[in-house]
Amino acid sequence: MSNTVQEKTTLAAQPLAEPLPVHLRINGEDHRLQLRPWVSLLDALREYIGYTGTKKGCDHGQCGACTVLVDGVRINACMTLAVMRDGQEITTIEGLANGDKLHPLQAAFVEHDAFQCGYCTPGQICSAVGLIKEGRAKTRDDIRELMSGNICRCGAYTNIVDAIESVTGGTI
Amino acid sequence: MNPFTYSRPTDVPAAVQDVATHAEAKFIAGGTNLLDLMKENVMKPHHLVDISRLALNKIEENGKGGLRLGALVTNAATAYHPEVEKRYPLLSKAILAGASPQLRNMATDGGNLLQRTRCYYFYDVATPCNKREPGSGCSAIKGYNRIHAILGASEQCIATHPSDMCIALAALNATVLVTSKRGDRSIPFAEFHRLPGDTPQLDNTLEPDEIITAIDLPEKGFAENHTYLKIRDRASYAFALVSVAAALELEGNTIREARIALGGVAHKPWRNEAAEASLAGKPATKENFQQVAGMIISGAKGYEHNQFKIELAKRAIVRALSQAAKLI
Repeated sequence: MSNTVQEKTTLAAQPLAEPLPVHLRINGEDHRLQLRPWVSLLDALREYIGYTGTKKGCDHGQCGACTVLVDGVRINACMTLAVMRDGQEITTIEGLANGDKLHPLQAAFVEHDAFQCGYCTPGQICSAVGLIKEGRAKTRDDIRELMSGNICRCGAYTNIVDAIESVTGGTI
Repeated sequence: MNPFTYSRPTDVPAAVQDVATHAEAKFIAGGTNLLDLMKENVMKPHHLVDISRLALNKIEENGKGGLRLGALVTNAATAYHPEVEKRYPLLSKAILAGASPQLRNMATDGGNLLQRTRCYYFYDVATPCNKREPGSGCSAIKGYNRIHAILGASEQCIATHPSDMCIALAALNATVLVTSKRGDRSIPFAEFHRLPGDTPQLDNTLEPDEIITAIDLPEKGFAENHTYLKIRDRASYAFALVSVAAALELEGNTIREARIALGGVAHKPWRNEAAEASLAGKPATKENFQQVAGMIISGAKGYEHNQFKIELAKRAIVRALSQAAKLI
């Protein structure tokens, strides 16, 4: 690779063995990491920082268990590289409550018994936070369609929709 | 996933330089398909050029009466853009028929065009696949081929293109703008994707060192009379077995122009312009729609498990056109 290219890139290609500096702001806290480029955001959260609330289900963007918010937008943490999120603000399930006070969606999931095993729940709740922010769900059918990226193998869907609807009041 | 190196250039010239200088390099933007394929060892790039922060993320007027979609605008931002919703609702609906909200928030418009097939055998590195490993054979032709092509397939490959967005873009006669160290080029949408023939490893006519910079939409958006009909195994979040983007220009009940693009049936969004032209000047009736559906499907060939798609596609065309004409 020529020097010209080196100068033009903010982050030039590194030799395989060299981890890259990655700065993630997670739930309001700065984390400065050295990660190899193939580490997904999901693995960075769980394996390198210890935020295990975000779950690994399929690891292929199909189940939604790994849903987090990046700069307020819900995405699948398994389908993005941590290095690509350098400098961005990540919110995980651990960042939703205010001290001991649950986030309204967390409280609604408890209230409506919106889970059985609970494995998909962090992803469901983060996804619902994103859904409400997007402001596109006006009806129960809209909630179902716009939560379709979150699979619940226990089949708690009816209660999940109830929980989300109770927070939106049907008027988002 | 195989090990790879990574760079994040800050402008388009640096990005095309970067991809040209590294062996086995690929651009990555949304990553929703590429990373999936890398985890399955279907794609094994040695270097990723991260283009996700390049300034190709705007939707603007294109100076020709239409809109220009920057290659890095997300699928979600495109579908919900007020001008797209108003002038190209067919495109909005097609995008929203695909993937999940999380994926649409990541996936980009340029990347959507470059999605690879969902053929099970392409994904399974333990099986032969001419698209993944040219010359190894096609496992689908005599295998489980329920989701496979009925039009334009070859002896080498019967894979389908998985995109919904591209079916609408095909119907709208979009143009793909690309650039490389050799300069700019624009590719009519119909010539962007290709049929498998003897080289199924090539999904499209983009050169390895070229980058998509934008997608141009012509002025005509068929906002009045259009439908995107998607038929799939579950109500949401599944790839199409058959999809139809239907767009009509009507004068009273008379058809001035018809566009019909099919998804889930071929290696590329499927258009039959002669069949479409046969509707011009005719009244919008179910009988005429049945006739055009017959023309479009006339060359279809099914395999052991996807014969049903032939009748399904025919009926889907009739229903989509009937909805577009507001007959039903």
